Amino acid sequence: MPEVELEARSLDFYYGGHVHALKAINLTVHRKGVTALIGPSGCGKTTLLRCFNRMHDLYPRNRYGGEIVFQGKNILGQDTDLINLRSRIGMVFQKPTPFPMSIFDNIAYGLKLKGIKKRMDLSEMVEQALQHAALWGEVKDKLNASAYDLSGGQQQRLVIARALAVKPEVLLFDEPTSALDPISTAKIEELAVALKKEVTIIIVTHNMQQAARMSDWTGFLMLGELIEFDRTNKIFTAPSEKLTEDYITGRFG
Amino acid sequence: MSILDEELMRLKEKVLKMGAMVEEAVKDSVRSLVERDNDLARLVIERDHQINALDVEIDEESIRLIALRQPMATDLRFITTAMKITADIERMGDLAVNIAERALELNEEPILKPYIDIPRMREIAQGMTRDALDAFVRRDTKLAMDVIMRDDEVDDLKHYVLQELVFFMAQDPATVSRAMKISFVAQYLERIADHATNIAEMVIYLVGGKIIRHMEFPQADA
Repeated sequence: MPEVELEARSLDFYYGGHVHALKAINLTVHRKGVTALIGPSGCGKTTLLRCFNRMHDLYPRNRYGGEIVFQGKNILGQDTDLINLRSRIGMVFQKPTPFPMSIFDNIAYGLKLKGIKKRMDLSEMVEQALQHAALWGEVKDKLNASAYDLSGGQQQRLVIARALAVKPEVLLFDEPTSALDPISTAKIEELAVALKKEVTIIIVTHNMQQAARMSDWTGFLMLGELIEFDRTNKIFTAPSEKLTEDYITGRFG
Repeated sequence: MSILDEELMRLKEKVLKMGAMVEEAVKDSVRSLVERDNDLARLVIERDHQINALDVEIDEESIRLIALRQPMATDLRFITTAMKITADIERMGDLAVNIAERALELNEEPILKPYIDIPRMREIAQGMTRDALDAFVRRDTKLAMDVIMRDDEVDDLKHYVLQELVFFMAQDPATVSRAMKISFVAQYLERIADHATNIAEMVIYLVGGKIIRHMEFPQADA
C-alpha cells in the first residue's frame, strides 16, 4: 500500500455552527497520488476539500469535529499554524486567481513572505516553479507583463506555479478547469498527473470523466457522507455501492 | 427511460436476435446431417452472412456508444460484454457452417452408423447457448454458472464419440474418411459449447464486475 499523506477520521463539519455538512468522514489520502472527490452539488465535496487546509476558518462559527491527521499530527488542533499549513497544503480555485501584479511577482510573492529576498535566488525559484507548471516556455520573455495579460488556462497554470513555488506537500484543486476550454483543461490535467511525482493532489470535480482520467483514487460523497472510496479503476468499472453506480451512470434519483 | 437506456436496450435486442439466429443454425446444421437434408445444409451456409452482418453492426453500435455516451460501471460492462459475446456467437455461426459443410460431404456417402450421440451433443450445446443468452438478458449468475458446469457433459460425449470412431477406423480402413468427418462434427459441437461457456463467464463479469475466465471450477459432482 502507498504511504498515507492525510487521513480524515470521523470528520464532522458544521457551517455557521449548525448546518451539518460533513458526517463522520473517514478517508485516507495516499501520498503522491491523485485523489478525486465526486458527488452531486451540495454533497460536501468542496467542504471536505477546504477542511484539509482549514479554509473554513476564514469564516466565523464554522466548526470541525473528529480529526484530520497530516503526517502524524491532527491539524484541527488549536496549535496549528494556519499560514504554515496553507503553504504546505496549497489550493487552486475554480477561477484563476492571479494577483494584480507581474507574472514574476505573482510567484515571487509567496517566496518573499517566506523570507527569500535575494534577486538571484528568487529568479531561479520563479523559473523552476514556472517550468514545473509547464508555463515557462510561454512566459519566459514577458515575466514583467501583468498576469492579467495571460489567457485563462495560462492564469490557472500561473496560480499552480505560485502554489508550487513554496514547495507544498499537498495541492488541493477545487474544480480547477470548469472555467477553461478543453485544450487548457487537458494541459491542467496532464500537469496534475505529472506533478503527482512530487506532490499529493486532491481534486474536486463535477466532471466524472476528468476524475476518471486524472485520479488514482476516487471518493463519492452524497449528503455529507462518504458513500464509497476506492481505486478509481474500481469505482468507474464496478463500484461496490448501488448509490455510486446510480450516480456515475447518470441514473440518479 | 434515458436515451442511453433505450440505446442499450436496442443493443441487447440485436445481441439476442443474433443469438437466436445462431441457435437456429446449430440446430439446422445437425438436422441436415442426421436427416441427410442437403437443402437445409446449404441454407445454414447461406444464412451465415446475416449473422456476420449483425456482428459488425453490434460492434459499430458498441463503439459509437462508448465514444458518444462515455458509459461507466454497469453500462460500460454491458457494452463490453455485448461486444465480446457477439464475437463468440459469430464463431458459433461459423462452426454451424462447418457442420453443414461436413453434412454435405457425409450425405454423399453411405451412413456409417445411426447418429445418436451427435444429436445429444447438439441438444446440450444448443441448450447451453440458449441459457447463456437468457442469463445475459436476466443478469442471472446462477444460470450462467449452471451453463459453465454443463460444459463437461459435452466434453465427455465428444471423447466417447471419438473413441467409438477410432474403433470403426481400426476395424475397417474404408470408414476412415467418414469417421474423420464425423469426428470433426463432434469437435465443432464441443467448440460451440465452449463458446456458450465463454458467454456465461462474461455474464458473471457483467453482473459482478469480476472476470472469472481461466479460473478452475470444482467438478459438477464435487
